Amino acid sequence: MGYSGFRVIWEGLTGQKGWKPAWRDPEPKPEYDIVIIGGGGHGLSTAYYLAKEHGLRNIAVLEKGYLGGGNVGRNTTIVRANYFLPGNSEFYSHSLKLWERLESDLNYNVMHSQRGLINLFHSDGQRDAFARRGNAMINQGDDAVLLDREGVRRYLPYLDFDNTRFPIYGGLLHPRGGTARHDAVAWGYARGADSRGVDLLQNCEVTGIDISDGRVTGVQTSRGPIRAKKVAIVVAGRSSQVAAMAGMRLPIESHVLQAFVTEGLKPVIDHVISFGMGHFYISQSDKGGLVFGGDLDFYTSYAARGNLPMKEHVMDAAMTLMPMIGKARVLRSWGGIMDMSPDGSPFIDKTGVEGLFVNCGWNYGGFKAVPGSGFSYAHLIATGNHHAPAARFRLDRFRTGRGIMDEEGTGSQHNLH
Amino acid sequence: MRITCPCCGERDRREFTWQGDALALDRPGPDAGEAVWDDYLHLRENAAGSVTDLWYHDPCGAWIVVRRDNVTHAVHDSALAADVARQQSKFVWDEGDLREIGTAP
Repeated sequence: MGYSGFRVIWEGLTGQKGWKPAWRDPEPKPEYDIVIIGGGGHGLSTAYYLAKEHGLRNIAVLEKGYLGGGNVGRNTTIVRANYFLPGNSEFYSHSLKLWERLESDLNYNVMHSQRGLINLFHSDGQRDAFARRGNAMINQGDDAVLLDREGVRRYLPYLDFDNTRFPIYGGLLHPRGGTARHDAVAWGYARGADSRGVDLLQNCEVTGIDISDGRVTGVQTSRGPIRAKKVAIVVAGRSSQVAAMAGMRLPIESHVLQAFVTEGLKPVIDHVISFGMGHFYISQSDKGGLVFGGDLDFYTSYAARGNLPMKEHVMDAAMTLMPMIGKARVLRSWGGIMDMSPDGSPFIDKTGVEGLFVNCGWNYGGFKAVPGSGFSYAHLIATGNHHAPAARFRLDRFRTGRGIMDEEGTGSQHNLH
Repeated sequence: MRITCPCCGERDRREFTWQGDALALDRPGPDAGEAVWDDYLHLRENAAGSVTDLWYHDPCGAWIVVRRDNVTHAVHDSALAADVARQQSKFVWDEGDLREIGTAP
């Protein structure tokens, strides 16, 4: 059943009786060719691209809760391709190109809004670093504009330009960067995968991974055992827990990141603004709420909620940067479980077990990667070969020291990225 | 969240900096080999539930091993890292300083 503006009007005139569920709720089969553990953004997009690009249908996505109930259901919606290092640069560039076709590919409105993203800088040295980053983006074939102070003022007149601690020297503008409606992305991929024959199994928690002679043979779940030729783990903050079922340890620490949203306001912030020195970023959703966040709480956590000191710190940064939002009421705050890696960059790789794959380590930047990650993971699972834009996302890069992608240059400590 | 510094007493979380898992105290020897060092630096059990972390109390400079629950954020207890390491029989007191067992006085 296709979605369209005509359909919305027709259903409105005929009592909304024609809508069908966006996906089926099938019983688990005893065996599938491929089982994907994790029904979040990356798991659902992987299933979609396995079906669409590789024509594979005998696939199940196993989600322990409800589809999209994890980090894809609680992020700050930013979509961008402004990474600097080889390995990351080509990956996010590819992902952004998939974003730009996503609504027509999925026949689903994900409200992708390329409103422009600006990274502020506050010193000559930072300006040099951002000029370098902008040139890397342009070399990649993406878009970047270096703005001076007056250039930023034309876009963002409401910032505190003369802030004593962090005066604004300028910004790097990424015009094709922006936001998207996070739930819609998950649902669009779910509907697309389901319509191509993928079984989406909710309330299906994996409790064990079966391995025989160094090869994966299936999983144990809360809805019974399921045999599989290939098993693909993609569970973000819970990666270590699922990998432990296969006797594996990962280079992952799970940390809490908080985010916040205010009451709905009239349009006031038209871009995504990143205030790196204050560890703060903000945009405005189409419902009018200001969506913003800052740093990790910095201790490992599976609580999916954070503590007051970091909330205060984020509000400090907001007031420092744009005092005009001071009277807006913060309606909600929440936390997620971030899979932090030693260099801040992800993994899309095989494991030591034949037929077992793992995709994790997106830190707090996984939402923009949903299309690219699914596409590349599907390619690896279907063909056994690494997809070129994701070819450097290897588990062993720390052991060899080759291919580490440390964008912020903070060193091999998980919580510093 | 409040953490007890063995020197200063129960203090607000803001006074502390989290360093990492307390496995940091189990540092391999310099010639332990690549795989052991990779495991120590990068791989993590990353369990949910009761964990032991290394925290630094910024005002007094004490390194503390804290036992807490990373699902509920309850803080159970804490001890000086030096005491924990000594209990792990790695260190001895030698004229007022801690000396790692196996190293020269």
